Amino acid sequence: MCGPGSDHSHGPTPAGADLNVDLLEENNDTAQHNRLRLDLAGVRCINLMSGPGAGKTSLLERTLAAIQGRMQTAVVEGDMTTELDAERLRAYGVPVVAITTGRACHLDADLMANGLTQLEQAGSLERFDLLFVENVGNLVCPAEFALGEHTRVALVAVTEGEDKPLKYPLMFRCADCVVVTKLDLLPYLRFDLPHLIAHIHQVNPHIPVFALSAETGEGMEPWLEWLQTEVAGIGTQPVVATL
Amino acid sequence: MPHEVDMTRALILSLRDWHAGQSKSRPIRRVLLLVGQFTGVEPDLLRSAFARQKLDTAFLREAELVIRESPFVAHCRGCNQDYQPDIGLRYACPTCGAAMDEIRSGRELKIERVEWADDDVTG
Repeated sequence: MCGPGSDHSHGPTPAGADLNVDLLEENNDTAQHNRLRLDLAGVRCINLMSGPGAGKTSLLERTLAAIQGRMQTAVVEGDMTTELDAERLRAYGVPVVAITTGRACHLDADLMANGLTQLEQAGSLERFDLLFVENVGNLVCPAEFALGEHTRVALVAVTEGEDKPLKYPLMFRCADCVVVTKLDLLPYLRFDLPHLIAHIHQVNPHIPVFALSAETGEGMEPWLEWLQTEVAGIGTQPVVATL
Repeated sequence: MPHEVDMTRALILSLRDWHAGQSKSRPIRRVLLLVGQFTGVEPDLLRSAFARQKLDTAFLREAELVIRESPFVAHCRGCNQDYQPDIGLRYACPTCGAAMDEIRSGRELKIERVEWADDDVTG
């Protein structure tokens, strides 16, 4: 990349040292450690990311209802404005730990480590098959901060328009799967689903895309099947997204 | 709070670790960063966060942050050519229209180098 030969300035090189270290090295190291904790306990971790209001909590609710009794699940909640959101999810009998106060723009690996420790207070992580992380509603920041998750899921609602992947390419590029939400609202919108999917694929050619409505349940089945294969551990991703 | 504030905190912690491991304690005069154009980082926000946070340290108080941006470059395997995607508008290959397969540059977030003045030894 930028070896000792390259230089920002002209003239004689001032005294100094080449470091060449990643700015996010510490976060990435902690994420690596989180991944190890999850792997040792046999827990699959899925990080849900989207802009505010794309329907992360609603998708979680519908998903938790569908897999109740089939997969032992926990939720690390990073997008909680009030304790009400956590209560909505606890109604499905899963432990929910909240790790932000609602002011941060992203989760980082340290917060995630705290979340894992909180879950461990009631017993080993081994009791879970699946751990969902609901990231802070933001389309830019969460993409740069690895948490140790196995899989990144980006959500985009049909109400957000078809251009979202072009305006916020990083989120869609670093995701392993995209869920298009609020499909039940399609009749009320001037919105072309194939157009959105084409934009997603322009940025990330081979990514699976699911379109569903957490409200009506339409399209939930393919998503739930994909989730099954995820928990089976197929397609493990690197800790830091390779783009 | 923009994430550049957190990134600057990470930057200063890394520099502090490095500085503590040095035999001579010299104040740092310049910090050279490489920031790719396909990252979630806004160089101006990084600069202003650094200007504030460095004042809480002794060894970085006089330091200037120099950011070199690396361009966003993708590679089309079909055409065997590099191209610069039009951020916000188009990421597909401008020649054949194939989706963005490979990214060659623009993802960098690196501390490249630190510099000090020769006569700055303080202990």
